[in-house]
Amino acid sequence: MTIDQVSVEERVARLSSRSIKNESKLHALKLSLSMLDLTTLAGNDTPGKVRQLCYKAAHVHDAFPGLPTVAAVCVYPTLVKVARKALEGTPIKVASVATAFPSGQASREVKLDDTRFAVGEGADEVDMVISRGRFLQGDYTFVFDEIASVKEACGPAHLKVILETGELSTLDNVRKASDIAMEAGADFIKTSTGKVQPAATLPVTLVMLEAIRDYYYRTGRMVGMKPAGGISTAKLALQYLVVLRETLGEAWLTPDYFRFGASSLANDLLMQILKQTTGVYQSIDYFSKD
Amino acid sequence: MAPTPRLNFDTRWEYAPAPESSDFIRLLPQYDHFIGGKFVPPVEGKYFPTLNPANGNTLASVADGSAADIDKAVKEARKAYEKYWSRMSPTDRGKYIFRIARMIQERAREFAVIESLDGGKPIRESKSVDIPLAAAHFFYYAGWADKLEYAFPNRRPVSLGVAGQIIPWNFPLLMAAWKLAPALACGNTVVLKPAETTPLTALKLAELIQDADLPPGVVNIVTGAGATGAALVNHPGVDKIAFTGSTEVGKIIQRATASTSKKITLELGGKAANIIFEDAPLDQAVEGIINGIYFNQGHVCCAGSRLFVQESVEEIVVQKLKDRMETLIVGDPLDKNTDIGAINSRAQLEKIEAYIELGKNEGAEFYQSNCPVPQNGGNWCRPTLFLHASQSHRIVQEEIFGPVLAVQSFRTVEEVIEKANNTYYGLSAGVWTDKGSKIFKLTNQMRAGVIWANTYNKFDPTSPFGGYKESGFGREGGLHGLAAYLKLN
Repeated sequence: MTIDQVSVEERVARLSSRSIKNESKLHALKLSLSMLDLTTLAGNDTPGKVRQLCYKAAHVHDAFPGLPTVAAVCVYPTLVKVARKALEGTPIKVASVATAFPSGQASREVKLDDTRFAVGEGADEVDMVISRGRFLQGDYTFVFDEIASVKEACGPAHLKVILETGELSTLDNVRKASDIAMEAGADFIKTSTGKVQPAATLPVTLVMLEAIRDYYYRTGRMVGMKPAGGISTAKLALQYLVVLRETLGEAWLTPDYFRFGASSLANDLLMQILKQTTGVYQSIDYFSKD
Repeated sequence: MAPTPRLNFDTRWEYAPAPESSDFIRLLPQYDHFIGGKFVPPVEGKYFPTLNPANGNTLASVADGSAADIDKAVKEARKAYEKYWSRMSPTDRGKYIFRIARMIQERAREFAVIESLDGGKPIRESKSVDIPLAAAHFFYYAGWADKLEYAFPNRRPVSLGVAGQIIPWNFPLLMAAWKLAPALACGNTVVLKPAETTPLTALKLAELIQDADLPPGVVNIVTGAGATGAALVNHPGVDKIAFTGSTEVGKIIQRATASTSKKITLELGGKAANIIFEDAPLDQAVEGIINGIYFNQGHVCCAGSRLFVQESVEEIVVQKLKDRMETLIVGDPLDKNTDIGAINSRAQLEKIEAYIELGKNEGAEFYQSNCPVPQNGGNWCRPTLFLHASQSHRIVQEEIFGPVLAVQSFRTVEEVIEKANNTYYGLSAGVWTDKGSKIFKLTNQMRAGVIWANTYNKFDPTSPFGGYKESGFGREGGLHGLAAYLKLN
């Protein structure tokens, strides 16, 4: 399957001009919030920081009742246990990056150990990175086998496969990597680590959603999608949802099949939800930063 | 094989109505002809209503032009030609045309809303295509006004005199711009007759031309239906006829002008082939199919109304197309989310519906999207497909001018070229493939005036547009568009 970049950009521009108003907007904002993978992936993350983030995940804004929780909290493997404990009794999932995130430059053994460790610590979801170097070398079999073996190491945990599209250069490559990941058993395909620019973009997301659609047509299996990195405003999040809605439809409009990998998006969604409900904007100081 | 799974676009998350405001639009209850720089009542005193096709309401009544009105307009145009326009320095002519272009941009929103009210097209299209392109045409030809001798080296270009111009209802302001801009830039004066179902933006343009302080009589606008157009075509004082519309009327015009010295250009119907090869970027090709046939409700002379899909990908392309059609929003033209607006007139809707019946009777497989349409007396038609159509079906051969696509499969490049050319039209075509050499092979052998590769319905003032065979002759747009309004000595 080949991709025409110009047409993809036109399609995205067209979808981004959809006008989302009133109750339709409120619905989409709440849906976006419920699709969040609240993420902290820094070298200086500590248990304290992760516990604060987990509280936010379950209590996004207690001053305003009736809000959904986010979908998951995403951390490094060493902090999975902390997150697991902090989220006990909530429906929120614990996601862990693994496989020598973010570069993926490690041996197969190290990557599989990393994965097994994360799952052993209690991760419900594993976000792996593909070997971009091997992919660009044309060694697609290597990439496929690696994903398949990580999937096996995941056991019951859901596998999200990060393509790191910012390093793949073309939309044709994005499409090819998406197909390989799905065939190898990915439960989700994900754009980016957030450590490479550009991270998620609408054109890349559209191409990945179209790959998911073709895979669904072919096999009947639904694969999820997670754009990650660079989605920091509610307006942009809604544009992603429009692209999702008009590409895959109702069945994917749920946190089971669509996630946003983001951290600062949560507060902008909250601000917009409150604005939509009360008619006025509140200062950023009324929203907690974790 | 298990049945392929379908997607469900009937979502719990619906888009709320997002209507473009139209409160600021000021329409008069009644419009007269624009002749000699003034609005003057019709000699015979007759008026006819122009309707909003989305609800059937009358927007205004407009003057019904008679032969006497045409005569007045042609005489004013002649006077203006001799007194002002042909004597003015080309640089000054250019300045006037630039002024028109700028003023259209300034009033773009007003023009866009009126275009959608009177013609039924989605406001998204009026705002992003019709009005900006109309302004672009004036800008482009304004630049040529004082450079005609560079456009035709070693020739002496001379204006023709009075041009009679008759335009259709599918792109009312844009077609007025296509006609007026080159005519004026070349030093001609004009009598323009807009279509009877969509005269309002042309009359608003008349107001704008008044505000732009153009010398009186350089542009005259006479409204009316076929009889008004016939009076213009037959008037002995007209030096040039430019017509865009149906092939049927085009033939009448050619007969009527046969024994006269009038120059004519005709831009007529089409039945374009849109060709999808197996190596095409299929998801983007599906967008091209949608854009090709459902843009402007299919009221497009260059619409890609015959789809040819290579047999190896026919099943998947049709599946994608059907799913994509479910996301098209049909309804209020003024809603910013509307993809397909109202059919331009009741008569056109009846014609389209007759063709849909015909297609069913001919045995092609009928498919329509399930989208809701308003139940309000407006003219609505769901996006329609006819699958497994044959070259011999009338729905494949004849121009429907609505949101109806006939789908055929093909096997080889030679076969599709033969079938694509096997039509009495030849206005446009589309080809979708990842292979450049295939594009060139095809475009060299297709008999069509415009061929788009991996895109569709792209327009630009710099690019000539026109047809082969019964799609007409002469070119509009670009350098070629100037030649139609000049004698080259």
